[in-house]
Amino acid sequence: MSEKHIDVSMTVNGFPRSGSVPARRLLSDFLRHDLQLTGTHVGCEHGVCGACTVLLNGKAVRSCLLFAVSVDGGEIVTVEGLANQDGSLGPVQQAFHECHGLQCGFCTPGFITTISAFLDEHPNPTEGQAREAIAGNLCRCTGYQNIIKSVLRAAEIRNEMMQP
Amino acid sequence: MTTRTFGEPILRREDPRLVRGDGRYLDDLGQGAYEVAFLRSPHASARILEIDASAAISVDGLIAIYTYEDLEGRMAERLPLLIPHPSLTAGRTGYSLAKEYVRHVGEAIVMVVASNRYIAEDAVGLIEVSYEIFPPVVGIESARAADHLVHADVSDNISAHMIQEVGDARSEIANSKHQIVLDLEIERSASMPLEGKGVYAVWDSDAKEMRLWSSTQTSTGVRAAVAAKLNLPLQKVECTAPDVGGGFGVKIMHPWPEEVLIPWAAQILNHPVKWTEDRREHFISSAHERQQSHHVEVGFDDDGRIAGLDVTFFHDNGSYTPYGIIVPIITSTQLLGPYKPSSYRVEFTSLYTNTVIVTPYRGAGRPQGVFAMERTIDAIANYLGMSRDKVRDVNFIQPGEMPYDQHLTFQDGRPLIYDSGDYPASMAMLKKMIGWDDFEEYQQLARLSGRKVGIGMACYVEGTGVGPYEGGFVQVETSGRVNVSTGLTSQGQGHQTAFAQIVSEELGVPIEDVFVETGDTRRFAYAVGTFASRAAVMSGNAIALAARSVREKALRIAGDALECDPRDLEIIGGVVQVKGDPTNCIPLKTIAVLSNPLRYAFDESAQAATQFAVGDTSKPPILEGEEPGLESRDYYSPLQSTFASGMHAAIVETDPETAEIKILKYVVVHDCGRLINPMIVEGQIHGGVAQGVGGALYERMEYDENGQLLNASFMDFLMPYATEVPFIETGHLETPSPLNPLGIKGAGEAGVIPGSALLASAIEDAEGFEIRKMPISPSELWQLRIDHQNGLVPTLKIGEKQK
Ligand code: FES
Ligand code: FES
Repeated sequence: MSEKHIDVSMTVNGFPRSGSVPARRLLSDFLRHDLQLTGTHVGCEHGVCGACTVLLNGKAVRSCLLFAVSVDGGEIVTVEGLANQDGSLGPVQQAFHECHGLQCGFCTPGFITTISAFLDEHPNPTEGQAREAIAGNLCRCTGYQNIIKSVLRAAEIRNEMMQP
Repeated sequence: MTTRTFGEPILRREDPRLVRGDGRYLDDLGQGAYEVAFLRSPHASARILEIDASAAISVDGLIAIYTYEDLEGRMAERLPLLIPHPSLTAGRTGYSLAKEYVRHVGEAIVMVVASNRYIAEDAVGLIEVSYEIFPPVVGIESARAADHLVHADVSDNISAHMIQEVGDARSEIANSKHQIVLDLEIERSASMPLEGKGVYAVWDSDAKEMRLWSSTQTSTGVRAAVAAKLNLPLQKVECTAPDVGGGFGVKIMHPWPEEVLIPWAAQILNHPVKWTEDRREHFISSAHERQQSHHVEVGFDDDGRIAGLDVTFFHDNGSYTPYGIIVPIITSTQLLGPYKPSSYRVEFTSLYTNTVIVTPYRGAGRPQGVFAMERTIDAIANYLGMSRDKVRDVNFIQPGEMPYDQHLTFQDGRPLIYDSGDYPASMAMLKKMIGWDDFEEYQQLARLSGRKVGIGMACYVEGTGVGPYEGGFVQVETSGRVNVSTGLTSQGQGHQTAFAQIVSEELGVPIEDVFVETGDTRRFAYAVGTFASRAAVMSGNAIALAARSVREKALRIAGDALECDPRDLEIIGGVVQVKGDPTNCIPLKTIAVLSNPLRYAFDESAQAATQFAVGDTSKPPILEGEEPGLESRDYYSPLQSTFASGMHAAIVETDPETAEIKILKYVVVHDCGRLINPMIVEGQIHGGVAQGVGGALYERMEYDENGQLLNASFMDFLMPYATEVPFIETGHLETPSPLNPLGIKGAGEAGVIPGSALLASAIEDAEGFEIRKMPISPSELWQLRIDHQNGLVPTLKIGEKQK
């Protein structure tokens, strides 16, 4: 018996995207395998590691805990959508590069999306706030020290960009 | 001008791709491939009576179901025992799909191939397997008791037994003025990379070739294993490690059952097939490490000088021994660290249990060895009422004693000889950074205000850069692009940057022109793999040697072209020029053209090259012993490992009420010889320390008596988040290795090694009673306090002082 498919459409990184998927298809799988946006990673598929974090209507959410059909009509931003308009690295991406905030890079997209959402609300975080902000994401490589540095550096870069 | 790159904190070349989400990890490949799910054993020890897949057959999208019965030829044979050892007298390996018996929860029994993973899992759920269930062997005690057996033909559950002895430790201990006995235990953790394993295979039925990708630490090893299992010529199998989301040891084990099953299925089905491990699968079927229990006897004099050390330990190797007994061998040989007891005896027994196999996890047996040694030193200090640094000091090997022969046989079968190191200097630096000498005062003040704080230290020596060899290839294209490749793989160590730095420096080219590829058998077919802190030492030196011969060839050709002695030439910014006369020059890319007598003028370099007349018309265009092209391949194969070392110190605070353990300060002094890129080395240390802290305070594999892993998820297996890892302060000491051309030593594992030893030392100092077992949770510490009050746990001298 073949599975029933449901139509779904959403905005992903500024572009309208749609598909027809089984009700149980996870948003992470929809993004990664149907839209081939493989920057969003899956580290645990049970909502704990944060590698699959994307922005849904501006808020950080775990795409492994959501069905594609349940975000129908939503606005999604993945790590691929966080570069600057001119194609250069976005502030958080650039900060990770400058501060050696990544090693294997597998957890990185989840951190970058999480931190982008955080900085939208806290443009000038303290070190303690930066640590708290990433406390729901797992990284097995870096020991987090340089990720915290990256958060603070990203805030700086964002503020520099705001200057006329 | 070429600016220096070796030794500089150059930003990583791999980053821009990865931070944009343009990485290519295993599951990002093969969109459209069939996908695989496994039915895995729910029992720790059982016989398979029947497999009934009839209900699964009708699942829409199902492609195939395979059990052991479907395997033929070499696929039906046992998986290889990778590293045999004379002491491993009862080595056993499993089958890629279980044959009649299962020996741990998670062992693969049925492989299901379907159009996608959801459907494959649906089908797995419909397959019925009936079992005859046996009582399992779980934990070291139950293995030793041997009331039940893991393998029917191993009557005592013992896979290996080994003794090494230097001098007569037992009589030296008996003749010593003082003796202490300690029992020390460490539990299981695991590498736990954020990306699990994964395999993707494409069979080209026209060319009869297998193209394979695996999230592995050794693509050459996987390639050879697959060729052997599928009975294909090695030439017809190519394996690539794509971007790999962390390894930490678990991915050096090979071939994993899935690494041979996926290509096998791809060949049979003549369709691309992929398997991506999920987190639960990783917990219950990929390797763990650390569990050991140690019994230590030590004899020493009034100054704390160790005359004899006798260590007996038991190692839990899980259900099979495909990777041999590397872990306990490393514990037994690296246990001595920077110290020189007059005599040493070590004996270990490796035991089968009905649990996941044990293979090296970053540190690989060293954390246990260091735990045993450092706890012993602290115990001596306590016994004599001496300060812990003093006892270390009197037992240190002195710089003047290098090279120092420990008279043991290391993991590579070669003598364990430390090549260099300055332990007293490291200690001085460590004490200064942590504020060792002022701590007592701080501790007393804290105590007056009702706080418990403690300080600890732990030292280690790490054999790095084990052989047998690695190779490097360096090639200058006529465009000026420099291609570099090496066979070993990368899992986040920044090889594309560090190796480019080496080539940039050796060849005199801008780093932007250098492109490094690793872990692809199509580029470099001879390699061992990335483990044991060996990549920088082994491939780094091989690449440096290859770059040096490219340089030599370039200078020779340039000498001919510029009509001068090559010794008068230098290469700066990718241009060969006469020293002191930079206008008299020729770019490397032009030399690349000149190096190849077939010179079609496809590009500008080739056109530019025509103005230079080269060669002697009385000789053939390619001279004897020469090759066309500006390129070279070289290998580095050392006589022995090079020994890095380090010391960590920490200050902890334990809550008097809740027993919560907090790290207030953490410092690392590390000596890995010359640094290629200090930023990358520091990153390695940070990550290692986080794993060390995790292993000491949070992580453990909780098996129940039925062999069920109770905490097989990130929800229950506690890996440190940012809130659990302290700020890490790092100090570098550079004692160049005399053993290799670049003077470097490995750095990958250093951060993790002393974690448990260090935090036990610091917690002990805060609490005033013995800590003998790690990891330690707040509730365990709380229980220890009660036991201590009831006289079940001895008070230390520091504890008496505190009363
Ligand atoms: S993959 Fe979604 S939280 Fe881990
Ligand atoms: S960089 Fe590897 S898991 Fe974070």
